[in-house]
Amino acid sequence: MDPNSRLVMEDSQRTLTPYVTGTSVIGIKYKDGVLIAADMGGSYGSTLRYKSVERLKAIGKHSLLGASGEISDFQELLRYLDGLILYDNMWDDGNSLGPKEVHSYLTRVMYNRRNKFNPLWNSLVLGGVKNGQKYLGTVNMIGVHYQDNHVATGFGNHLAIPILRDEWREDLSFEEGVRLLEKCMRVLIYRDRSAINKLQIAKITAEGVTISPPYSLKTFWEFSAFKNPTAGAEGSW
Amino acid sequence: MFRNQYDTDVTTWSPAGRLFQVEYAMEAVKQGSAAIGLRSKTHVVLACVNKAQSELSSHQRKIFKVDDHIGVAIAGLTADGRVLSRYMRSECINHSFTYESALPVGRLVVQLADKAQVCTQRSWKRPYGVGLLVGGLDESGAHLYYNCPSGNYFEYQAFAIGSRSQAAKTYMERKFETFDNASREELIKHALFAIKETLQGEKLKSSICTIAVLGVGESFNVLDQQTVQELINSFEMVEDEAPAPQEPSAAPEEAAAPAAGEGAADEGAAPMEE
Repeated sequence: MDPNSRLVMEDSQRTLTPYVTGTSVIGIKYKDGVLIAADMGGSYGSTLRYKSVERLKAIGKHSLLGASGEISDFQELLRYLDGLILYDNMWDDGNSLGPKEVHSYLTRVMYNRRNKFNPLWNSLVLGGVKNGQKYLGTVNMIGVHYQDNHVATGFGNHLAIPILRDEWREDLSFEEGVRLLEKCMRVLIYRDRSAINKLQIAKITAEGVTISPPYSLKTFWEFSAFKNPTAGAEGSW
Repeated sequence: MFRNQYDTDVTTWSPAGRLFQVEYAMEAVKQGSAAIGLRSKTHVVLACVNKAQSELSSHQRKIFKVDDHIGVAIAGLTADGRVLSRYMRSECINHSFTYESALPVGRLVVQLADKAQVCTQRSWKRPYGVGLLVGGLDESGAHLYYNCPSGNYFEYQAFAIGSRSQAAKTYMERKFETFDNASREELIKHALFAIKETLQGEKLKSSICTIAVLGVGESFNVLDQQTVQELINSFEMVEDEAPAPQEPSAAPEEAAAPAAGEGAADEGAAPMEE
């Protein structure tokens, strides 16, 4: 085979630039487990092209995954994970992959793909509970990964993390956790142009995963600064 | 003219439904010096008898660390045992790399058994001539498995393989009900007693046995010779009790004798250890 034609073929399969993308994902630990929030927008460039994209998925019994970035890359990743979980279940031996294992696996996949100069264009949040142990971590398209009590991707890193640093507590109840996430999501709806006011919050505890139906937050746009944002910034549009 | 027409390759059945080459491989396990394993809910102890090939040589190692949470004791062809240990090490380390967690023991054992099974179904291969006692600890507790050249594997509370292993099995069959809740030290003691049974009156010394332990809060480690000798000395009743446990073991030993005789008949075909 002509080496050049192979190169061209492989080039065409790479995500050189993301097409349909989702924006921030926020995850926090709380008293009984982990909560993850994401809106349902799918942006085609800066056009809000899709409004019902589910970006929160359960992975096996003990893990919950939230994704921002390229939606089709996320879907491919879900295919890998389905295979992984199926294979794990097929052993039928009482052992199962926990959130730590899934996070590590994702890290390997992401870093491996970036080393082929063919990254999966996502930032992921992976939360879970296994053996009474809460787990929350993140990994991005180049394989950078870490764990924390609260994590966020994309714009959430700038807008949500400062709030979480102030207000997050280890013993947050479910209601308090949801309220905290909604506070962060509301800020993102106001200030992140890609964010939309239709979101889901998923929780994972020892009992399992529950993903909320989509819902909206109450907003108030009548502040004068919102009405005329360029006032006092002459020359900008 | 032919001693046996059905034993020249692994894939040919005898009319009685047997695969002689596979049975010969299992015979090789019986010829190797003894290895034993036993476990409680929290610990696994592996032990083996070390036999030097000649006065001038040292003995070969029969206990290998696979990972922090898995170890093996082998009987049979040591070379085959080392190849399989290396395979297991590589599987464990690959799993750790991908998942940052320890490979469940049961899964490793299945992979190992599948590898052995392939050798019983390919005309250009031979079965591994080694039996492995795989001890390990994972989220479902402590486990002990026996892997056979035939590709079969079994989980045990306690087991012994290799020459005169029947004596050790008889000893452990008498005691195994206490193993589940036994302490680490008790397990080691039972291991030494079981090893002693296989020696048939030869004196138990640290120079001719190896003991390895693994358990909750203790990664797999082989006890050094001095520690083993101190343990042997501390169980000085070994000497006193020696005549007593030997008596009950005499009968099963006779039962095992015909098997040994069979082995002798196949000596040309079944490769010896070392």
